[in-house]
Amino acid sequence: MCGAKKGGLDLKGVDVDKEAVIQGQVLRGEEPVGGAYVRLLDSTGEFTAEVPTSATGHFRFFAAPGSWTLRTLAPKADPVDRQVVAQYGEVAEVAVTV
Amino acid sequence: MSRESALVSADWVEEHKNDAGVVLIEVDEDVSAYDAGHIAGAIKIDWQDDLQDPVRRDFVSQEQFEALLSDRGVKNDDTVVLYGGNNNWFAAYAYWYFKLYGHGDVRLLDGGRKRWELDSRELTDEVVKREATEYSAQPQNLEIRAFRDEVKDAIGVKNLVDVRSPDEYAGRLLAPAHLPQEQAQRAGHIPTAASIPWSKAANDDGTFRADDELKTLYADAGVDFGKDTIAYCRIGERSAHTWFVLHEILGQANVKNYDGSWTEWGSLVGVPVALGDEPGKA
Repeated sequence: MCGAKKGGLDLKGVDVDKEAVIQGQVLRGEEPVGGAYVRLLDSTGEFTAEVPTSATGHFRFFAAPGSWTLRTLAPKADPVDRQVVAQYGEVAEVAVTV
Repeated sequence: MSRESALVSADWVEEHKNDAGVVLIEVDEDVSAYDAGHIAGAIKIDWQDDLQDPVRRDFVSQEQFEALLSDRGVKNDDTVVLYGGNNNWFAAYAYWYFKLYGHGDVRLLDGGRKRWELDSRELTDEVVKREATEYSAQPQNLEIRAFRDEVKDAIGVKNLVDVRSPDEYAGRLLAPAHLPQEQAQRAGHIPTAASIPWSKAANDDGTFRADDELKTLYADAGVDFGKDTIAYCRIGERSAHTWFVLHEILGQANVKNYDGSWTEWGSLVGVPVALGDEPGKA
């Protein structure tokens, strides 16, 4: 889950040492899902942030170190929850299948 | 105000979007979202370029707002229906802004762009051009806008509601987690402010929760409905969402949005700041 994945979002301009980055891609089967919504919930389940996915299904958060839940909402699909741990100096890469 | 007079459903928009006297306006944090696709007939307002003074940190003047709406083809008696991404944050901000300059009939599309997209409703990239009008705005209604001195005097006296995420409230983050860390000089919150994240007022799909749930939410977090209330966040957009809930849906009197919010307060010299998860003392 951790470690920048080949083919993931470009990290140009992001200071990975100072940001606890969580990023990834939403997929339906093999197809990327653009226009899905990924919500970042903290360790108590509280909403922290939300982003829509790009046309290629990608998303990115600048979180704080710790445990997080990604909740993904997509058209014609049930919400999907994924657990993720973020830390400085690493990029947590998550693939979400809806 | 009430839910019925302030909110419209997606079905209502489908039915009325072509009515004369109804103007749909999309307002997004991501100002490119509209160009990629919007509800048919909707025009765009850019919360930054159109609504902020380009030099000072303040809003455009009454005259500039009149020029903006005249150019975009909005009439004084039009029903303005606002919607946008990010759970309507910036649409709620624009709603508050339209009310600040005295527009009569303003509505918010419940769930905004997200609910619309999750329902797989139609979006178009058609260019919309409305005929210019002669719009006339009112002077700012400062009954709904708070400035820093009033906020300082409100510590321990009025309801202060911090609507940012718990980590921003406690001082562990300075900005929402989807944005790079930036802005205020200091982290934390205004002492005595209750932490009631805007997100608690909304369902996962961005629609607002039911009135009784909303009342319980604020009452349980310590909001005294008999007192005046000031809501704030980082730059005033999420707190416009909470202002909308308290003032427009629940019909509370004397609710203000502090648009200076944490980017101002957290950079002021000499004002009190509380750290951690507790409100702190006056």
